[in-house]
Amino acid sequence: MSEQETSILEVREVTKRFPGVLALDNVSFRLRASEVHALVGENGAGKSTLIKVITGVHQPDAGRVLFDGQEVSFASPREAQEAGISTIYQEINLIPLRSVAQNLFLGREPRTSLGLTDTGRMKREAAELLERYGVEADVSAPVRSLGIGVQQMVAIVKAVSLEARVVIMDEPTSSLEAHEVETLFRVIRQLREDGVGVVYVSHRLEELYEICERVTVLRDGKVVHEGNLAELPRLELIATMLGREVPEVEQRTAAHAAREARAGEPVLEAHDLTAYRAPQGVSIDVRRGEVVGLAGLLGSGRTETAKAIFGAQPLESGTVEVDGKDVNPDSPGAAIKSGLAFLPEDRKAEGIIPDLSVRENIIAAALPRLSRGGFVSKKAQDELVERFMTRLDIKAASPDQPVGELSGGNQQKVMLARWLCMEPKVLILDEPTQGIDVGAKAEVQQLIAELAQQGLGVVMIDSEPEELIEASDRVVVLRDGAVVDTLSGDDLDEENLVGAIAGGEPSQPTQDGGDGDER
Amino acid sequence: MSGRTATAGASFDRAAVVSWLRDQGVYVALVLLVLFNLVFTTNFATSGTILGLLSQATPVLLVSLGLALVIGTGGIDLSVGAIMAIASAVVPLYLGYSWPVAVLVALLFCGLAGLLNGFLVAYVGMQPIVATLALFVGGRGFAQVLVDGQLQTISNGSFLSLWRAAPLGIPLPVIIAAVMAVLVGLVVKRTTFGRYVLAVGGNRTASYLSGQPVRGVLLAVYAISGLFAGIAGTLATARLAAGDPSQIGLLIELDAIAAVVIGGTPLTGGRVSIAGTVAGALLMLVISATFVMNNLPPTYAQILKAAIIVLAVYIQQGRRKV
Amino acid sequence: MASATSGAATVEREALRREQIFGAIQRRGALVVLIAVVIVAALTLDAFFTAANIENILLHASFLGLIAVGMTFVIITGGVDLSVGSLAALGGVLAGLSVGAGWPLALIVPTLACGIIGLVNGLLIAKARLPFFIVTLAGLLGFRGLALALSGAQTIPISGPPAFTWFGQGEIFGLDVPIIIMLVAFAVGALVLNRTRYGEALFAVGGSEDAARLSGVPVDRVKIIAYTTSGALSGLAGALVAAWLSAGQPLVGQAWELYAIAAVVLGGTLLTGGAGTMLGSLAGLLLFYTIQNVINQVGTLTSYTQQVVTGAFLIVVVAAQTYLTRKRTY
Repeated sequence: MSEQETSILEVREVTKRFPGVLALDNVSFRLRASEVHALVGENGAGKSTLIKVITGVHQPDAGRVLFDGQEVSFASPREAQEAGISTIYQEINLIPLRSVAQNLFLGREPRTSLGLTDTGRMKREAAELLERYGVEADVSAPVRSLGIGVQQMVAIVKAVSLEARVVIMDEPTSSLEAHEVETLFRVIRQLREDGVGVVYVSHRLEELYEICERVTVLRDGKVVHEGNLAELPRLELIATMLGREVPEVEQRTAAHAAREARAGEPVLEAHDLTAYRAPQGVSIDVRRGEVVGLAGLLGSGRTETAKAIFGAQPLESGTVEVDGKDVNPDSPGAAIKSGLAFLPEDRKAEGIIPDLSVRENIIAAALPRLSRGGFVSKKAQDELVERFMTRLDIKAASPDQPVGELSGGNQQKVMLARWLCMEPKVLILDEPTQGIDVGAKAEVQQLIAELAQQGLGVVMIDSEPEELIEASDRVVVLRDGAVVDTLSGDDLDEENLVGAIAGGEPSQPTQDGGDGDER
Repeated sequence: MSGRTATAGASFDRAAVVSWLRDQGVYVALVLLVLFNLVFTTNFATSGTILGLLSQATPVLLVSLGLALVIGTGGIDLSVGAIMAIASAVVPLYLGYSWPVAVLVALLFCGLAGLLNGFLVAYVGMQPIVATLALFVGGRGFAQVLVDGQLQTISNGSFLSLWRAAPLGIPLPVIIAAVMAVLVGLVVKRTTFGRYVLAVGGNRTASYLSGQPVRGVLLAVYAISGLFAGIAGTLATARLAAGDPSQIGLLIELDAIAAVVIGGTPLTGGRVSIAGTVAGALLMLVISATFVMNNLPPTYAQILKAAIIVLAVYIQQGRRKV
Repeated sequence: MASATSGAATVEREALRREQIFGAIQRRGALVVLIAVVIVAALTLDAFFTAANIENILLHASFLGLIAVGMTFVIITGGVDLSVGSLAALGGVLAGLSVGAGWPLALIVPTLACGIIGLVNGLLIAKARLPFFIVTLAGLLGFRGLALALSGAQTIPISGPPAFTWFGQGEIFGLDVPIIIMLVAFAVGALVLNRTRYGEALFAVGGSEDAARLSGVPVDRVKIIAYTTSGALSGLAGALVAAWLSAGQPLVGQAWELYAIAAVVLGGTLLTGGAGTMLGSLAGLLLFYTIQNVINQVGTLTSYTQQVVTGAFLIVVVAAQTYLTRKRTY
């Protein structure tokens, strides 16, 4: 922790505000040369905002960014890249139809003396690069034809070959197989030797402990810890991320008191759901009045499982039964008819229709019921909208206000209204409290509890372990698309849940997903 | 940044003006141009002229109505002119049976053409420009093949009266167009189908996840567009008193797209203004008429229209940026 | 991920094989079909495989060929230039109007003027973010109008100088000059596409604009250059037609945009952008004109059949492209 050592990248007291949200609050961050620095935090803690400020996607409202001792302010990621800060994103930013070599050298293709592209040299140098970093791929093959893990490796090689001084990696292993992760770590060690500073963002704690020296923990936009990773035991790291004291985590959570086992009959039975990448043989049962939580890290397949149950994702095999009847929905329309409802995670992209009014958004799924002879019954529609706006306390200037103008919390209530007015049997919620203010969060959570009491079956995805435990009777933990654990009753507490999510002892990355028989 | 508050006042006003222009501009332009003509153009203010102009506008208007629905879903239909040509080729071929049969068969062909477009967009997953480009290229040729490239003069009085009849003094085409406009307006505002169109255009994924029949809606709007183009082609054929696939509907797609866009329906979908579309179609026609009736070369009208279209889309683009 | 080892591996192998087949069809398909059609025609039609007929096909194709080169660039960026036919007409009219000032001007003025128009198209599309089909469709309408206005809707006769008409009617080593110009254009186009940084950038922009931007590719400039080239080549094509006809005809080039698109798409260039070859466009172009020639020779079919056939081809080819390039849903 010597402050005499110069940092290659430094963020000083940066604050960044978005409408309604303080994304970064006086955040300071220091990266030294030849250092691999872990950046950790839950969803919404501010990690991606910090990266975007560093790379020039956002400009800070206060504070400075220093690169190599000089203050910098990049106007775009391209500028940051040219200055020597290279970023590897979770989405693979390659041109799919072009070859590996063409992608690696995009914008800086080697030329012959005549000024024409030297394709021979490009391929040779590309092959050399791949070999240097231990990636096996045909440099002439279109990137699209490679496995997604190899694609990510090519993207990584591209980013590191730009002679950057700082490399930021955002969830780089999300698409990689075990042996590719090893290759990545070799690349990172090589970078470290070359004097490059690496910022490593990942949910996978065992990876962090293997490759990183230092760690900065963000929570709610603030830095809550910075130090050597070796001095921070796993449990303490988790506790810091969640904002709990270690002893508290070790205790059984008091909030999770005895829940009477609701003796309802099974309302949803999903068996052996398998799709292209996720889910992989997942089975979930939900009884009337039961809330089943779905937990797991980013990329564990929770959303895919939820969508598969709802018929929004093509299934290779598996069955779905509602109230004992085989429904096997192949489209959301079919799922809705059999009594399922689904609240997507990404409200903006998949949920609300922003230009349409609150009224239109609420009745979006209920239209078949409100129509007589193809015409929408104004009376029935208005009555329904009024009823649910009141029940859910949706705050809008009027039912005609475009829903895009509402706050996140009210938008979420509109989404809930859309489903509740269908009187579903099973409600599948993907991150229902994400991106909404505390007050609305409480309302939503209360509502879910009420609905369960009234006999609805609920499947809920939530990345906050505390919220999930509070709300659920049972929690199913997924990793790599498969179920690895189920917690209920007295076993359902934060330590166990976080432990199950994070995957037991720090060890090598899983060789095979299997049934998760670890520990 | 300092000075932001100072400029905020000015830019707020500008934004408000631009926004108002976007929504109401077409009505203003139409009224202004009509007033101009009433004053300066001889013979404009006669009922004969006005009714004649309204009649002339009907093919474009009908096509625009169908196109508005397609654009409402976020798509586009470049083949409307070619489909009109198909109608113009089919009608003379079946007039031998009787004119209702001829019209029905023509509409059938056109509806099927539209269904083809819809199928390519909804089920094959092609982009609408690409899907309708094929008919844009091949449709007119197909029509020509049907009639061996010959112009077919029509003397069937009952059929021709589709254009010439004027119950209560109002030309029949105008009545037809007015009825269709009202119908489409009703569909958009009051029917389930109209809701679906706006939802599919507004956020297709959200519409899908709400269980709405996205594919069916897409199939339907393109079929409707084809059908309306068929009606327009039939009327144009009656006006010409001949089936002429080489001329009927030529370049009408631009006028129709212009009418829709200028009328306030964004190309990105999610909002449809039928009243605006009607005003837009009328505006396009009055522009042409202004040139013709004042003995100015019609090619200048063409150039002006092209410029207006680009301007209208540019103004509309601003909405999304904010 | 590794939990579905055998499953994932088979899927990836299948994807690779599909990729290879698709790539082969896309790059060489048109050429193969062209050779097949030529062979069949040569064997079944007496008058087909003569030097005169082949040169006839090539000559007619040469004007559209110039346009197809520019159109290939534009389509690779993911757009389409619908104004090329009208620009060709404008080019012919401008040639007719400026030939009095000397033959070089009769070639330079159309190319330059239409190139500038292409530049404006590019600016509106890349910087003002207007939809390409609106801008170029407006161009189709507006520039035809301009051609008609400038020529007074009359054909402008061109009686000389012979230096100018040579470009349309002359020969070099027995080959018509327009054919040679077309071949040169395709050769240069191929060089630019495959051997320059601009070519790489073009494919990147068409393949994934976001990824291209992040890699530092000047996306706007790439698009603008493509549309400028398309405009300039269209103007030049119009001037050559005028040289060939010895007249500046304002009605020339109707439906040429569609034929150019058809030729390029048939040649394997993806209409959605990001992939294409000059050889493919040339093959598609020649295929288009060969089919027309065959239809004319057979006599029982009208030339309108060609439009239908082209439209049908387009549907099939683009449907195949859509199917083969769709993203795998996870």
